[in-house]
Amino acid sequence: MTRARRLSGAIAALAVCAALVAAPFGLKPYGIYLLSLWAVMTIAAMGLNLTLGYAGQISLAQAAFVGIGAYTAAILTTQGWPFALAFVLSAALCFAIGWLLGYPALRVQHHYLAFVTLAFTTLVFLVLRNEEWLTGGIYGISGIPRPDVLGWSTGAPRDYYLFCLGMLGLVTLATGWLVRSPWGRAFMALRENPIRAASLGVDTRRYTLIAFALGAALGGIAGALYAPLVQFIDPTPFALGLSLNLLLMVLVGGSGFFFGPFLGALVSVLLPEWLRFTEGLYLLIYAAFVMALMAFCPSGLLGIAERLFRPAAKTDDAPATPAGKAAR
Amino acid sequence: MTDLVQLLVAGLATGAIYALVAVGFTLLWQTSQTINFAQGEFVMLPAFFVLAAMKFGGASFPVALLLGLVASLLILGVLFKKLLVDPMIRHGVLPLVISTIALALFLKEGVKEFYAADAQPFPALWATTNISIAGAVIALQNLIIIGVAIAAIAALQWFLAATRTGRSMQATAQNPLLARILGIRVERMILYTFLINAGLVALASVLISPIYLAKFSNGETLGLVAFIAAIVGGFNQVRGAIVGGLLLGVLDNLVAAYVSTQYRGAIPLFLLIAVILFRPQGLLGRIEERSV
Repeated sequence: MTRARRLSGAIAALAVCAALVAAPFGLKPYGIYLLSLWAVMTIAAMGLNLTLGYAGQISLAQAAFVGIGAYTAAILTTQGWPFALAFVLSAALCFAIGWLLGYPALRVQHHYLAFVTLAFTTLVFLVLRNEEWLTGGIYGISGIPRPDVLGWSTGAPRDYYLFCLGMLGLVTLATGWLVRSPWGRAFMALRENPIRAASLGVDTRRYTLIAFALGAALGGIAGALYAPLVQFIDPTPFALGLSLNLLLMVLVGGSGFFFGPFLGALVSVLLPEWLRFTEGLYLLIYAAFVMALMAFCPSGLLGIAERLFRPAAKTDDAPATPAGKAAR
Repeated sequence: MTDLVQLLVAGLATGAIYALVAVGFTLLWQTSQTINFAQGEFVMLPAFFVLAAMKFGGASFPVALLLGLVASLLILGVLFKKLLVDPMIRHGVLPLVISTIALALFLKEGVKEFYAADAQPFPALWATTNISIAGAVIALQNLIIIGVAIAAIAALQWFLAATRTGRSMQATAQNPLLARILGIRVERMILYTFLINAGLVALASVLISPIYLAKFSNGETLGLVAFIAAIVGGFNQVRGAIVGGLLLGVLDNLVAAYVSTQYRGAIPLFLLIAVILFRPQGLLGRIEERSV
C-alpha cells in the first residue's frame, strides 16, 4: 500500500468516525436506537466474520451467543452486579461455550456444521423460553439498567449510542490487530486449505476452536450491549431468524472482508427501515434485493467495490470470493 | 394401549408428511447440491395457489387442485431452478443458502401481503370421520394421509429404480460427469428432480392444510423438521428421508404425550446432533467421499 493510499484511507476513516459521532444530534430517539442497534449487530457480525469469513467455519449459532450474552448481562445487572463485571462474564461464558461448540466442528464440516450449529441455536432458544426460574420464560427480563462508565451515565439514548460506538471502536481495533497477527493468518490458512495449513505446522485443531470461541465471545459482547439498549429482553429475538440474519449480514457485506460486517449490518438494520414508506412491501423488496445481490455478486457489496476499484483482481478465482471458498 | 395406538397413528401421519417433504429436499441435494432453506415455504404455498384459484378464478375444488399443482410445478419447479439455482450454484453452496433464506422470506411476506395474514380454512379431500379399531379411535384422515404418502413414495421409488429416466436421474446424482459422457442429458434430469420436488411439496401441502389450516407462517417449523428428517435418515438416501420423517413424526407425538410438551421441539434437535456426531452419514446413509 502506498503512502498516499494509506493517507486517504486514514482520512476517510476519520470522516466516517466523525459522521458517526455527530449522527445522533440530528436524529429522533428511534433513529438513535437504530444506529445503536447497528453498532451492536456489527459487533456480532464481526464475530461471525471471524469464524466464517476468516477461518471458514460455517456457524448458525451466533444468535445463541448474542442471546447468552444478553441474558447473562441482564440477569446479573438486574441482581445489582456492576455492568463491567457482567460484561466480562458474558464474553467469557460465550468464549467457553463457543470453545465447546468448536469440538463438533473438528468432526464435521460444511453444511453438516451448519446443521449442528443451527440445532444449537434452537436448543438455546428453547432453554431461554422454558427455564422460567432463570430467564423469566416468555415474560422476559425487564428493567435492565444502563451502565455508568467512569461516572458518565449512559441512561439517555444518545449517551448509550456513543457508548456502543466506543465499544464498537475498541472491538474493531482488537479484531483488526487479531486478523493481522499470526493468529489471523493461521485462520485464513485454515479457510483456504486446511491440509496445507496442517502440513505447514499450523495446529488446525486449536485454531478451529479458537476461531469458534473468539467469534462466540464477540457475539456475547454484542448481547451484553444489546440487553441495556432495549432494556427488556425475551427469547424471541434470539431465535434462528437472528442467526440467519447475521449470516446474511456477513455475506451481504462481503465474507472475509474486514469491513464487510459494518456494511452488511447497515443493510440489514437500516434498509428495511428506509423501505418502510412502501408499507407492507418492504420485506418483499428487501428479500428480492438479497436474492439479486447473491445472484450477481456472491462476494457481497465489498466484493463489488473491489471489482470496481481493482479491475486486475476481477477473475472468479481471485481471493475476492472467500465466501465461495468457505462453502466448498 | 389404545392411547399408544392413537398416538402412533397420528405420529405416522405427521411423519408421512415430513417424509414427503424430506424426500424432495434430499433429491434436490443429490442432483444439484441445492440446500433449500425455503422448503417449508414451498409446502405452505401450493395450498394458497389452490385457494386463490377458487377465490379469484371461481374454479371448483378439483379444478383448483389441478391448477395448484400446475402452478407449483411451474413456479416451485421450473422458475425456482432457472431463476435462482442456475445462476448461483457455480458460486458454491453458501450464496445459494442465503438466497433460499431470502426466498423463504419473500414467499412468506408475499402471501401475507397479497392473500391473507390469518389462517385460512382449507377444504378436506375426504370426509373427516373417525373410525374405531379395537377400542382406539383413529381419524380416517390420518389413515388416508399415510396411504397417499406411501403410494406417492412407492411410485417415486419405482420410477427411480425401474424406468430409464429414473435410472438416468440416479446416474446424474452419482456422477454427473460420467452421466454426461454416457449421453444422459444431465440438465434435463436435474430439472426433473426439481419438478418431482415441486410435486411432492404440492402433495404435502394439500394433505396438511386441511388439518393445520393454510397460513403464511406454516413453513417455518415444517421446513426445519423436514430438514432434520433428511439428515437423521441419511442425506444421500431417499429411503433415509422416509425413515427420518416417520421417526420424527412418531417421536414428536410420543414425547409431547409422555415426556414434556415444552421440550418436544428439542427432541429432533438432540437426535440431529447425536446423528451428526456419531453417524454423520445418517441412520441409513452410505458413507460418501467428503470431508466429514
